[in-house]
Amino acid sequence: MKKVISNILTGLVYVFLFAPIVVLLVFSFNGSKSLSVFSDPSLYWYKELLKDRNTLETVRNSLLLATTATAIATAMGTAAAWGIDRLRSRWYRTAINTVTDIPMTNPDIITGISMMLMFVFVGRMFGARNSLNFWTILIAHVTFCLPYVILQVLPKLQQMDRALPEAAMDLGCTPFRAFWKVELPEMLPGIVTGAIMAFTMSLDDFVISYFTSGTGFETLPIRIYSMTKKTVTPKMYALATIIFFITLTLLLISNAIEDSDDKESRKQKNAKND
Amino acid sequence: MKSLTKRPGNGSRTALAPYSLWAMLFIVVPMVFIAYYAFTDNNFQFTMENITRFFTTVSNVKNPDGSVEEVRTYLLILGRSLKLAVISTAVCLLIGYPLAYRIAHARKRTQKIMMTLVMIPMWMNFLIRTYAWMTILQDAGIINNILSKLGLKPVHIIGTEVAVIIGMVYDYLPYMVLPIYSIMVKMDSGLIEAAHDLGCGTLSVLRRVIFPLSLPGVLSGITMVLIPSISTFYISQKLGSGKFFLIGDAIEGQYVANNLHFAAAMAFILMIILLLFMALIKYFTSRYLYGGNAK
Repeated sequence: MKKVISNILTGLVYVFLFAPIVVLLVFSFNGSKSLSVFSDPSLYWYKELLKDRNTLETVRNSLLLATTATAIATAMGTAAAWGIDRLRSRWYRTAINTVTDIPMTNPDIITGISMMLMFVFVGRMFGARNSLNFWTILIAHVTFCLPYVILQVLPKLQQMDRALPEAAMDLGCTPFRAFWKVELPEMLPGIVTGAIMAFTMSLDDFVISYFTSGTGFETLPIRIYSMTKKTVTPKMYALATIIFFITLTLLLISNAIEDSDDKESRKQKNAKND
Repeated sequence: MKSLTKRPGNGSRTALAPYSLWAMLFIVVPMVFIAYYAFTDNNFQFTMENITRFFTTVSNVKNPDGSVEEVRTYLLILGRSLKLAVISTAVCLLIGYPLAYRIAHARKRTQKIMMTLVMIPMWMNFLIRTYAWMTILQDAGIINNILSKLGLKPVHIIGTEVAVIIGMVYDYLPYMVLPIYSIMVKMDSGLIEAAHDLGCGTLSVLRRVIFPLSLPGVLSGITMVLIPSISTFYISQKLGSGKFFLIGDAIEGQYVANNLHFAAAMAFILMIILLLFMALIKYFTSRYLYGGNAK
């Protein structure tokens, strides 16, 4: 009896969690314009979406931004994680860790406002009228993506046997070759999951983009924001559905990578114990 | 052997240099700019005016009974944000804790599926999720359509504080479940069995063993829900029909109106409040979890 009640309650929580998602998916196939009365299934809104040049343009902007920000954040973040792992100065390490935590704990609105203020100030110094553009939003995205990359890569390095790159060098590898052949493969799963997280975060971010983009560069979430100020049609839902499935696929891939990596390290551990 | 201990430092600073510089320029310096803008006027002369404006601006609100009352505008908004955030956090804890417990005690495979299902809604754009809730809760929305089909009376939810709380709980519930779950999964089941063997009832096992052990997860869950729900904007604009202005909405409003100095002042005050709150959480963590008798 107890078990039944607990199952029902758990089920209800999941209904709550998925209600809006189901509503979105279902109503994106609505034949009429209504978002609360379903008439007949149709692909009308998906076709409408493909005709909407402005929205597609913002999709392109968002993809461009997310790709660039992810590339920069992954390169810089991986180097940083490698550096933090080998850092001997305790003071430097504490300082870096504290600063890396700031974008993670600060509310988005504060991160967004703070960068916007700096950009506007610096822009004014140079006499620019409108100092917010693609470059400022790119800087902002790289900044909030960096901690995700670092926090994914760092544990991989800490798990690695420190003697491995040393052994490679003792056996005649140059430091660079040791890094390429030994350390990089160890870091790779962390780099990939970090990059995927950074990409999805960047694609999905609204608040920070809103404050740092100005009028010059419109991302998809910003477009959605201005569209929800007026009446929304199921077209928006169709778009959300497509993006949802793309992000979901990316996430499942990154989960699978993590899983196989876990299994691998467990196997190695078992082999060692044997 | 000497080289073994020495080598790890090699190149670390060079590899870290770009990130260090970046973090300095784009994480630390912007924080300084919030304080700088908060305490200056449009000509960048020092002033306390933005801060005093926050505490002293008054406006008139109409009570339900028709009487007019004078209130401190921004203190009212701040108080309302705190209230809604605290209620949402409490609801998240009430739903999230049993859920995390239930998941942590399921079979390994089921655990994985259940956790993935908790996380999936987060990958739908938050603006659209919130908008979908609006269409569900509206007076002519999906809930009321279902109710009327069943011959029941319609409910009025949209534009009330309840709707805003539903939105916040929905958006931030995963942040509560995740840390509690990850601590419960690692909990030594031997301790629970031992407590049972020594004559503890189910309830007192929960109260005296499981809950205290899960406290670090609970505290980090509370932090992770409270911070975004205090500072959110948009949720209350949509689900509260713009009737419940929150501190996030106030900051956004000042940004849109190009009053950057006052927006910075509000962000500064919000930051101070959050820092105090985090210090409090840290104090509790060290005092009740790691202090005294524990290792």
